Amino acid sequence: MERTGIHELSAAYALDALDGDERREFEEHLTHCAECRLDVASFQEAASALAYQVEVAPPPPALKDSILEQARRERSNVVPLRRRLALPAVATVAAVAACAAISLGVWAATLHSELGTRPEAVPLTGASGSVIVTPGNEATLVVKDLAPAPAGKTYEAWVIQDNQPVRAGTFGGGGQVAFPLTRKVPEGAIVAVTLEQAGGVDQPTTDPVFATEPV
Amino acid sequence: MARDLAHLSDEALVALAARADDGALAELYDRFGHVAYGLALRVVRDPALAEDAVQEAFLTIWRSAARFVPERANASTWILTLVHRRAVDVVRREQPRRAEPIEVAPQASANATEDEAWLRLRRARVQDALRQLPDQQREALELAYYGGFTQSELADRLGEPLGTIKSRMFAGLARLRELLDTGSEEERWNEPEFTS
Repeated sequence: MERTGIHELSAAYALDALDGDERREFEEHLTHCAECRLDVASFQEAASALAYQVEVAPPPPALKDSILEQARRERSNVVPLRRRLALPAVATVAAVAACAAISLGVWAATLHSELGTRPEAVPLTGASGSVIVTPGNEATLVVKDLAPAPAGKTYEAWVIQDNQPVRAGTFGGGGQVAFPLTRKVPEGAIVAVTLEQAGGVDQPTTDPVFATEPV
Repeated sequence: MARDLAHLSDEALVALAARADDGALAELYDRFGHVAYGLALRVVRDPALAEDAVQEAFLTIWRSAARFVPERANASTWILTLVHRRAVDVVRREQPRRAEPIEVAPQASANATEDEAWLRLRRARVQDALRQLPDQQREALELAYYGGFTQSELADRLGEPLGTIKSRMFAGLARLRELLDTGSEEERWNEPEFTS
């Protein structure tokens, strides 16, 4: 397989062989190149295997204690905050689409968020999962286990800003869902999902099945 | 009260860590601390800096476990990727004499535990795969991954155009991925169960 141009950098990225600027530029590229996200995921897996080639004595026992002590000190920061659902009165949103998409993007975005800049995995209320937003405001909805939409219905995602819901794609549900929203999610917006008639609608007609607080 | 976490998958432990379960973090450290430290030491070549890198990486795991998406990657890949990134950041910040080839002396203990046996198995597989790569590709991968060099530094060091280095890393890593994929079936059979 051949990749040229910026796509070829997926290997260097997985090896951490990009400098700071190149890394940022490539991460931006990752937000909209599904092929590279796939490459990065499998390349990181191959690269991390290289870690096992190193033969060395175990770390000093004090290291574990030191890590755990620090972790416990930070624990209050780690406990997931219970976030209040602040859905606007206007309900939610609107149709169909393949939920195949998956994403490596999710992981790339996750890694990115760990490394600073805008995070975020915003938890859902009403379902187990989150909406992951990249620094470029692209978002992927991840739901752990979602019942399939009933016959003749579809899940429809909405991005709600200033109480105005805008269509962000439809999907069928059924098991694990990783659905890239068709619309960017600006800061302060809410993502919500409603059940609508198959094909989707222009404005939500039902209360949300689940939603986030403002991202 | 101590619970037995040994039967849980790596991914389940990350999920527990996301709920601030420090026992799960301790178990993850027991599984990956050794290989993480070996990797960090190889990259930064200084025991104190290696400990710093491992500590920072595990605290990042602790702080961001909730954002780990198991459908996307193995927990082991996620953890080792974080460790490597930290180590590379440290080595670039500290600028030690990276050009010097420094061998980290292996000090395998005589009576290997089950975990050590497992590490050895993985090591043999990676070494076998690396041996099958063309020399120049292997060199590019090793210098980048263990040396912490950027692609531009590698091009300077090897006296090759940047484009050549990029192609070597890409071809080398793609080949390595392929070689490691083959035989994953066998690995599954050989993988020891995590029991205590």
